[in-house]
Amino acid sequence: MSRISRQDVDRTAGLARLDLSEEEAEALTRDLDQILEHAQQLATLETDGIEPTAHALFLSTPTRPDRPDPPMDPESALENAPLREGSAFVVPKVLEGEDC
Amino acid sequence: MTVETLEEQRVALDKGSISSRELIERSLGRAATVGAQLNAVVGLRGEAALQEASAADQRRSKGKVLSPLDGTPVLLKDNIVVKGEVTTCASRILEGFRSPYDATVVERLRAAGAVIIGRTNMDEFAMGSSTENSIFGPTRNPWDSARSCGGSSGGSAAVVAAGITGYALGSDTGGSVRQPGALCGVVGMKPTYGRISRYGLVAFASSLDQIGPLTHSVKECAWVLEAISGHDPRDSTSLPESTPELESSLHGEIAGLRIGVPREYFVDGALDAQVLGCVRAGLVELESAGAKLVEVDLPCTSHVVSTYYLIATAEASSNLARYDGARYGRRAAGVEDLDQMYRRSRSEGFGPEVKRRILLGTYVLSAGYFDAYYKKAQQVRTLVRRDFEQAFAVCDVIASPTYPEVAFPLGGKSKDPMSLYLGDVYTVSANLAGLPGVSVPCGLVGKLPVGLQMVAPALGESTLLRLADAFQRRTDHHLLRPEPVFE
Repeated sequence: MSRISRQDVDRTAGLARLDLSEEEAEALTRDLDQILEHAQQLATLETDGIEPTAHALFLSTPTRPDRPDPPMDPESALENAPLREGSAFVVPKVLEGEDC
Repeated sequence: MTVETLEEQRVALDKGSISSRELIERSLGRAATVGAQLNAVVGLRGEAALQEASAADQRRSKGKVLSPLDGTPVLLKDNIVVKGEVTTCASRILEGFRSPYDATVVERLRAAGAVIIGRTNMDEFAMGSSTENSIFGPTRNPWDSARSCGGSSGGSAAVVAAGITGYALGSDTGGSVRQPGALCGVVGMKPTYGRISRYGLVAFASSLDQIGPLTHSVKECAWVLEAISGHDPRDSTSLPESTPELESSLHGEIAGLRIGVPREYFVDGALDAQVLGCVRAGLVELESAGAKLVEVDLPCTSHVVSTYYLIATAEASSNLARYDGARYGRRAAGVEDLDQMYRRSRSEGFGPEVKRRILLGTYVLSAGYFDAYYKKAQQVRTLVRRDFEQAFAVCDVIASPTYPEVAFPLGGKSKDPMSLYLGDVYTVSANLAGLPGVSVPCGLVGKLPVGLQMVAPALGESTLLRLADAFQRRTDHHLLRPEPVFE
């Protein structure tokens, strides 16, 4: 039985903001199915009541003195901008309308 | 006398038989010739490195030496940022990116006087075990140029094995320093999670990622680790514990140390018989040095690869959401709206393995699958941690192969991702449980190196490196060098 369908792959690609070619989507459906098939073995392990581990060493968040440090200067932060205007990143229009 | 290893370089600098500038010139030369033929080096900072070398020579002439690394050349995996220099993660999406800041390890290397001469090849965003998933093309193994050097820090392992620099840094999310170390015949180490700041390491899976050194000897590994470890306020997951003095613990005495040998790791058919032979011979060597071998159980072994891939890809899908073409990196041309900019920039910018992992990670985090896959994997991660806690109740260090086989032919595994993933069975657990692990050369199969892995409890670097160093004191596997195929 298939673990993941072509529709699942297309829907997930949408969530991940990836456009897949027909060929890519077919290959990925096969690959993910194989990987998830293998992952099914986890279901054989009894995990009721087992606390999930998000971080191996259960760190507490350390605090530091609340001293202001100089932030990165805007010019450095903008150096890698694909497109900029003054101190802003320029992206395609998000909203419709004359003044947007 | 050669000046290939960090220790040889340190001795030569101390004696005054070579200058730092000469060392850097030598490394830059080898990087441009041998490094290019192996396709291990993807960028050099020649002029800046030579200036830093001259500064190191001046310091030394005034009697000021900053550390064992002072004036020595080092290469960094192309996912560790250096201010003003390019970092690509071997991805099209970061082509041309120049970092506006230094990683903490870069600051610490500089404070120790090390001279960063450039960047090494890797699997794109550290996703892979062969250094074939790279926009720069695959890195070749210095021991056999038709074979993979392992990955994802394959370039960093290859440059040390080929004598381009005496040490290099990589990053290890599921074995990416230890495995290429094993396949290239050098020492590769992943410290305890949090030992080294991740600030300035481009994130793949944040709860698993850790920077680690590649060197020829365990002693050199200790020098590098001492220089780059320690708490960093800019990485809230970095440990508050101060850096241990490691070199003083390398005294060669291991009598009575209990070495756990997991039953599940040595079952028939799980690994190449000749690799197994080398690893067993290594264990016998440790036993004859007075260590005690004890069988232990790690019952979750058959589940660690799936657990790792579900967790690592989930974290990656989230971490890599930042590559959207808006603020840095490559933006697709001719886009009409914001959504199209995201989609096209990402689709054109990421390679096939990265897309595969983003999709898997997005899927296991999505509504309806979260509990069955992601939460389940996190629960099994708890079981994996318990396995190790129980094993460490009866042993001090766990020993195993680093990888089930020797270096495989280039292109040999690219068609079947799952078979490549399964090779990570011995390495991923240390990441899942946050434990320090090191791979040391333990022999050759034909002309290809084999790695012996040792894993210790969290913060157990002193014991771990003491054992690994004792092994090197009694063996000469780490002194073998590949034949210079290209020269």
